[in-house]
Amino acid sequence: MDIVISGLLLGGAYALVAMGLNLQYGVARIMNLANGEVLVLGGLAAFWAFVSFGLSPLLTLFLIAPLAFAGSWAIYALFLRPLVKRAKSRGQLEVDTILATFGMSFFFVGLMVSLQAEYFTYSFLAWPISLLGSTVAANRLVAALVAAAIAAALYLWLNRSRSGLAVRAVAVSPGSARLVGIDVGKVSALAFSLGGMVTALGGCLISTFVTLDASAGVLFTMKALIIVIMGGVGDIRGAIIAALILGLVETAVATIVDPGLTLVAAYAIFLAVLLFRPQGLFGRRSA
Amino acid sequence: MSERLKLALGVLIALAAAFVPLIADGYWLSIAVTIMMYTALSTSWALFSGPTHYIALSTGAFYGIGGYLVATGMSDFEASFWTMAAIAPLVAIILAGAIGAATLRLSGVYFVIFTLGLAEMIRNLVSWVQNNFLGARGLYVLTDFDERHIYWMLLAVTVAVFLFGWLLGRSRTGFALRILGNDEEVARHVGIDTARTKILLFMSTGFFAALVGAIVAPRYYYIEPNVVFSPELSFLVVIMALLGGTRHLWGPLLGVVPFTMLWEAVSAAAPNATTMVLGAAFLMIVYLIPDGITGLAAKLIRTRSPS
Repeated sequence: MDIVISGLLLGGAYALVAMGLNLQYGVARIMNLANGEVLVLGGLAAFWAFVSFGLSPLLTLFLIAPLAFAGSWAIYALFLRPLVKRAKSRGQLEVDTILATFGMSFFFVGLMVSLQAEYFTYSFLAWPISLLGSTVAANRLVAALVAAAIAAALYLWLNRSRSGLAVRAVAVSPGSARLVGIDVGKVSALAFSLGGMVTALGGCLISTFVTLDASAGVLFTMKALIIVIMGGVGDIRGAIIAALILGLVETAVATIVDPGLTLVAAYAIFLAVLLFRPQGLFGRRSA
Repeated sequence: MSERLKLALGVLIALAAAFVPLIADGYWLSIAVTIMMYTALSTSWALFSGPTHYIALSTGAFYGIGGYLVATGMSDFEASFWTMAAIAPLVAIILAGAIGAATLRLSGVYFVIFTLGLAEMIRNLVSWVQNNFLGARGLYVLTDFDERHIYWMLLAVTVAVFLFGWLLGRSRTGFALRILGNDEEVARHVGIDTARTKILLFMSTGFFAALVGAIVAPRYYYIEPNVVFSPELSFLVVIMALLGGTRHLWGPLLGVVPFTMLWEAVSAAAPNATTMVLGAAFLMIVYLIPDGITGLAAKLIRTRSPS
């Protein structure tokens, strides 16, 4: 039971991060390998605000959101749009964005090492709470609840609003979206920036219960990618379920076998997905 | 240049390279070893990733397998260096074949992601096995080799990689690979088994990377999984190959030499800045020289003499 509860709580935070990546890859067609670094930047901001000003990470969220959105927009406009324009094919764009975002991820790591080379250690809501007969840290519960709230808001926006409809249209087919009068360039930029924002918020929440450091990003990138592929690219509902599965399996492996094997467990899942359901949990096999 | 002339030139350069340890020692010999190592790795990387456009980040994993198997074989099972150096590349080939079969049928993104965490994943697995089943003690690679012997062995591997690449360019598989790189759909229509071609090439990269890892292992003396399974190595190999250009067999070499010098200088002068340099190198390649130094040179020559 302990495993199920903490697994689900961890999965909740993963889900948020995977939603961010899903917006970037599924809609804007940018395979953002600097995703984990954006997450860690969010964590660094939370740490810094807490240590310097005693600001609660829950308030820092409101500062991070506009900053991460604007920053992601700038990155998209300055660095990624030229690649989108230059690319002759989707394959070419993928190679270019992969290399460019690798560059950015290393750049961010270098930047963060020079800002804060130590672990981002701080203690927020670190008292135990009893939940369904098992004990969890309050910060984990709060983080999972806030993540769920943000994810729900995003889900509603995508499925109920007009602009959300445009985003989903671009995700399905950028070519056809253009035909019905959707400004694909603008929607892509919006999706990319929203994705960056959600990822940074996820990082802020995760930093309350996981001690991050400047080079922790790549692991989160890996996990977010595995979740997105498992859930099916562009499929928000699939991503949430995939995130919960990954959270559960990781927690189970860490408690029962060895904490050093969580990445191995993630890889085992990844391999199973690639072999049996490369189109995602709910995706249909394309002809 | 005719093929025969190129071959003669290659033999001459290889012979000249064999004399390097007789005139260089200490620091310069160690730089030469590093350059030789990255030449073998990058050239073999480019043979697969150049035409297919699949960015393989698995070099570090295979290199680590080579180094680790030599270390554990010599320390835990009292095998000889030569036995282990022969076994390691075979293990890597089998692993590469399995990874290729699982990922290379799908789009390139899946492959990149899978190889991205591969070195780290294998490192975790190996550490776990080492700590729980083999006893957590240090692994020593004690041989009679000095830097010169390692250099000559690496030179032999590099020559083998070049020969392999040269033969590949003249073979049916190489021809299939070029068609596949231009348009996979077309390749499939003319009856090329694209997955098989890609998997075979990927296995060759795994083979050479593990062989290099095994040969370089005596350089460390004391091996820890953290040292040999370095994700950084995978990225360096990608940068060097792309910097040189992957269109020609000798392209990566032009990236390896300057970038190794730069990397050594930065690592010595400002070790904290290495990550930034990696990032800047990636960005520079994507935005300024997407076809590498060889591509840039070809473009300059073309604009100079419009024919």
